[in-house]
Amino acid sequence: MKKERSYMDSVHFNGRVWCAIMAVILIGIPFLECAIFRTTPDMRALLLGLIATAPMYWIVGVIEVFTYFPMLGPGGAYLSFITGNISNLKLPCALNAMEQAGVKANSEEGEVISTMAIAVSSIVTTVIIILGVILIVPLTPVLESPVLAPAFAQLVPALFGGLAIVFIAKNVKITIFPLILMILLFIFVPALNSGTVGIMVPVCVIITLIEARIMYKKGILG
Amino acid sequence: MAFSINSPVLYVITICVLVLVLTQAVTTLRRSLRRADELGIDKAKVKKVLRTAAVFTIAPAVAIVVGVITLSKDLGIPLPWLRLSVLGSLSYETVAAANAESAMGLRLGGGAALTASQYVTIVFVMSVSIMSGIILLVFIGKRLHKGMVKREMKDKKWAEIFSNALFIGMITAFVGFVFSDVLLVREGNTSGLIPVFVFFISMVIMIVCGAIKKKTNWGWINDYALPISLIGGMACAIPLTAWLG
Repeated sequence: MKKERSYMDSVHFNGRVWCAIMAVILIGIPFLECAIFRTTPDMRALLLGLIATAPMYWIVGVIEVFTYFPMLGPGGAYLSFITGNISNLKLPCALNAMEQAGVKANSEEGEVISTMAIAVSSIVTTVIIILGVILIVPLTPVLESPVLAPAFAQLVPALFGGLAIVFIAKNVKITIFPLILMILLFIFVPALNSGTVGIMVPVCVIITLIEARIMYKKGILG
Repeated sequence: MAFSINSPVLYVITICVLVLVLTQAVTTLRRSLRRADELGIDKAKVKKVLRTAAVFTIAPAVAIVVGVITLSKDLGIPLPWLRLSVLGSLSYETVAAANAESAMGLRLGGGAALTASQYVTIVFVMSVSIMSGIILLVFIGKRLHKGMVKREMKDKKWAEIFSNALFIGMITAFVGFVFSDVLLVREGNTSGLIPVFVFFISMVIMIVCGAIKKKTNWGWINDYALPISLIGGMACAIPLTAWLG
């Protein structure tokens, strides 16, 4: 028991320290660039740009912490929030790993497997982007060619097709209502599109949780 | 120093941050491997997880490279490289950069040469906007986890349903998104059907992989079912786009 506490404690300690360091560095970078190039930001544009962007992103960022942290587990979450690309890469990767390993997300094994998968995925992503940048001149015409471009444009549907069937098949009862609701909403509400799907994730998570709670209390989810 | 969006010093900054990110990823990996050992998780299982995660990551990571290339036309290579490797994602960064540019009367994708002042303005907007998640984690990460553990202790069955419901909530939101443009058909535009077809093709490939596994007992096909369905779906998008796009 003592061992377990010390592992989790070190996960939290390291994770929080890394997040703090990264926050300071990333905020420091534009200041550093101002000093290097002896310039200052266009204050009016900075203010307008921030007003247009920051409030919504801050709210989304806060909601994402509450939505994704329990799914990723502590070890994976600290790293995922720093490396980004959570919904289109880290989370599907962790889910697939736990599914393959046959471990439950809320178990200790699940947490460790999820952390491992996210760490490997982060390393591989960083390395591939480095290779992509090194090879950017020969790669650009290939990746942007009219032949290949449609494939990358459809990454999300291709990813969630495979992922959805596995999870839906295992959780049919709690899936039906949110699935139909989301499909109808996205079809008939024009404001819902690729720009707003990130906001709909927590909304749908809350709806599904409430529905699951009611079904559980009524004994439907035996 | 003379400014350029591809100035060597900007590359140096990006590379320094990436070294830190890689360090964090490697230490996290090592700690989790040690813990897996302590928990007695089978070594073969661990190897399989590492291999599958690496293979699965390739296609989405190449898609991120495409994002870097797209944004590099306006912002140079080092900034999109940094933003898409750390914290960001293409949709976030595109909106943040576009908002900053439009505040200066520019247009993202317009190809205007940026001045140093315009450039740092964009970097400020991108950096400040994306910061709330990691700052919040510093303060509440541990407490949030304690809450999860407490719930777990109280009712194990509900804790399991809770975590499944989280995943289903996320997945169904993205499934809804796949259907977001189907009504364009009413205007004679069939491109909105492409994601729907790709989604179902990927689903079918996944089912076929499962069926082959059952018939043949080939473990590897199960291990790589998700990357196979992902790449299969993406590949089918090419003829589908030529047909419907």
